[in-house]
Amino acid sequence: MTATSILENMSETLVPRDVVQRVLNESMGRGADFAEIFVEDRATASASLDQRRIQELNSGRSRGAGVRVVVGETTGFAHTADLTETGLLDAARAAASVARDGRGGVREVTLSTLRDHPSRAEVPPSSVPKSHKIELMTRADDVARASADAISQVQVSLADSTRCFLVANSEGVFAADEQVRTRFAVSCVAMGDGGMQTGYRPLAATRGFESLTLEAIEEAARGAAHQAMTKLTARPAPSGELPVILAGGSGGILFHEACGHGLEADAVMKHASVYAGKVGQQVASPLVTLVDDGTMTGEWGYLAVDDEGRPGARNVLIENGVLTDYMWDYLRARKEGRASSGNGRRQSYQHLPMVRMTNTYLLAGDADADEIVAQTPRGVYVAQLGGGQVNTATGDFVFGATAAFMIENGQITTPLRDCNLIGNGPEILQRVDAVATDFSTTPGTCGKDGQQVPVGCGQATMRLSGITIGGTAA
Amino acid sequence: MSELLERASKLLERATSVEEMEIFLSRGVETEVQAYGGEVESLSSSSSAEIGIRILRDGPGGARVGTAYAGSWDDDAIDEALANARDNAQFATEDEFVAFARPDGVTPAPLSLSDPAVLSTSMDDKVAMAIALEAMVRGGDARIRQVDAANYSDYVAEAAIVTTTGIAASFDRSGSYVSVEAIASDGDEDQTGWGLSVGRAPGELSLETAARDAIRRATRMLGAVKASSFRGVAVFDPRTAATLWSIVGGALSGDAVVRGRSFFAGRLGEQVASNLVTLIDDPTDARHFSASAYDAEGLACRRNQLITKGQLEKFVYDTVSGRRAGTPSTGSAVRGGVAGSPSAGCRALQLLPGEYDQEEIFRRVGTGVFVESLTGVHSGVNPISGDFSVGITGLMIRDGQLAEPVREVTIASTLQRMLLDVLLVGADVQWLPGTAAAQTVAVDGIALSGS
Repeated sequence: MTATSILENMSETLVPRDVVQRVLNESMGRGADFAEIFVEDRATASASLDQRRIQELNSGRSRGAGVRVVVGETTGFAHTADLTETGLLDAARAAASVARDGRGGVREVTLSTLRDHPSRAEVPPSSVPKSHKIELMTRADDVARASADAISQVQVSLADSTRCFLVANSEGVFAADEQVRTRFAVSCVAMGDGGMQTGYRPLAATRGFESLTLEAIEEAARGAAHQAMTKLTARPAPSGELPVILAGGSGGILFHEACGHGLEADAVMKHASVYAGKVGQQVASPLVTLVDDGTMTGEWGYLAVDDEGRPGARNVLIENGVLTDYMWDYLRARKEGRASSGNGRRQSYQHLPMVRMTNTYLLAGDADADEIVAQTPRGVYVAQLGGGQVNTATGDFVFGATAAFMIENGQITTPLRDCNLIGNGPEILQRVDAVATDFSTTPGTCGKDGQQVPVGCGQATMRLSGITIGGTAA
Repeated sequence: MSELLERASKLLERATSVEEMEIFLSRGVETEVQAYGGEVESLSSSSSAEIGIRILRDGPGGARVGTAYAGSWDDDAIDEALANARDNAQFATEDEFVAFARPDGVTPAPLSLSDPAVLSTSMDDKVAMAIALEAMVRGGDARIRQVDAANYSDYVAEAAIVTTTGIAASFDRSGSYVSVEAIASDGDEDQTGWGLSVGRAPGELSLETAARDAIRRATRMLGAVKASSFRGVAVFDPRTAATLWSIVGGALSGDAVVRGRSFFAGRLGEQVASNLVTLIDDPTDARHFSASAYDAEGLACRRNQLITKGQLEKFVYDTVSGRRAGTPSTGSAVRGGVAGSPSAGCRALQLLPGEYDQEEIFRRVGTGVFVESLTGVHSGVNPISGDFSVGITGLMIRDGQLAEPVREVTIASTLQRMLLDVLLVGADVQWLPGTAAAQTVAVDGIALSGS
């Protein structure tokens, strides 16, 4: 079945257009300013390999709809797994109950023609035999174990999801999309004299199984094993402030935490962001041009339309260090009388959409990555970051280094044990003093207010003139 | 028999003679109210029903399990899940240790964890609580510049787990929460503080406690500086201490131990912690918000004493990890909803209380840092190697009392050392949401990284 027919099928059989129309009419009936219905059908499959054994394979299916009604400053929301007209109308009435002084009756909503988006998956998960998935996982296990005798444990996980959704609102938006994502990850434990160390490599794309080539999987397996082995000889990370070079790719997490969350309009409009009121101001080193881009095909945070039916977009947030704009969803944009930037996302039909990043990255510079290292007498080289956290109101953030090394006399030397680095967003952004050309991206899962969404991060090798490293060594 | 148990048992009739089957049904209703600016910012109400199915087939080399779940109880959704679970079972590797739980004769604790007041309290009253909480924080101190979010939320949930191996468990629970994040400002800088109150019903909540906590935490951080690096004592408040015990609890999972992913593996009987540390996992203690009569395989939960005066005594096991270790399940199966497979985990940890109140601990410590919040726990704590490095905010302790607030610093050690370095344990137990209750605890040998 082609993607377009899946979506037509969804609008025709899952929830027919005339039902969508009546649900919106009912939702608007009590005097609402805005109403929206979001219908989702998600099929997932996952498997894991551990201790050389394929563990349970799991398949999941969830289908349902969320109805959102906005009256003045108040949003009402209800969701249901009952996709019959009765079920949806009940949800609509529950969501619309926030309109207390309603006029009653029904208000006619006019829907535009369905705007849909073909799938980018060349090899859809549904076409992949389970036996093939097992071969991929077993291959990764074999390659990781063959890398070194000290590899004591290997865990491989594989998950795919096919998420079809339909979203329509009282302003006539009527859009659908199919998002196919695949994720493969290898975790290794190496056993040495000083205890255990871990290595981890994820592969994730908004694509089908065409992204999980044997070469990519073997490289991930070798990478995870190598990382664990390297850390067996790691010494404790230093404590205190030092120059830090972040290798291209996962270093993008720095920007996700240091300013990405603070540039989300919901935090900004509540004055809960250190970046509120700073558009047009120099907030970062001139080397920083930061973009959030939902249109990067295949990246983990890619979306053709966001979860409010708005096409994904490339938005420049910081240009040569100057703050140019925030990220917006429908609700926050409406208050400002502007358009959404295509950043309205939700974990599932059971959640309200809010402002979220897609793929957030620093544009490449013109320095040479090796030169940056060579020109750093003493510092820390972070080859892989493992996540982070920020307080948007104070700007203080942390990010974890899961593969790091000392830099001594311009050379990458001793491996370091895992640690967090801590800084203040507005201060750290000013300390970006070199950006190289070797741009790459990395996938991540972003959590906010209890909702998880897939996001991408990216940057080229770059240096911070100083940041606090949370190790134990003097 | 509860309606859910009946429904689940009925589905078991579909098992064939060559397979074992487990049905996990759950359903619930939830309410969430967010107040902002004296009005309702959002109001969500929802109900959900889910099913998880596991199929086990025996073979010459052991059993294989396949699983599937569906986000509805519709017949076609259940049919699809059952077919998928059966298909998935063909692909697992045969494993002699894989089995479903069987009744073990332990009687479940008579716990009453669901309060009908959650459902009988009107939406207007719930809305009023969120609005009152916001107003209380805004009006509680002149330095409070903003309330980012004031929330009320509650749920009522029921579940049933039945298997063809004889398990038949059903249980229900309710919960009610308020939480608020305050932003304090002195004109130059902002600081945040978070307060909460939890109970099984709205009547058990204290808006005053949540408001006071948020205000106190935000305002006393004003003027925070980046402290100078030092090595010494960190005093963890009950909230941050609870996070520590949850991490330690993760490493006490028999599942992590048998898979070679715990720094406790192979150390039973050894002195792994200071003799002040006696750690108990007891889901049958109703004071824990995470209390439960049954574990996630439908066996009775029980009290497990894991560390006694610093000596490692026991790990917690589910059925499969227990079989691998050659020991029965300790009634400690946990799983992430109907979609997850069981593994072993702690639900309700408690460190045996000490004798000191917080002020006495500050006095005895003399110099150190008092930790009020942790960041980057998921990125800076490695429960396999034991490496520990997190961002904190809090206050310095000088001359035995709280001194200036500190921010943008990290504390680091290893979990192994921290357990041995526990210096003092408080008497001030707080029953918090999550998997651990906790009290103030002082830990030596901590490296603080700052300027």
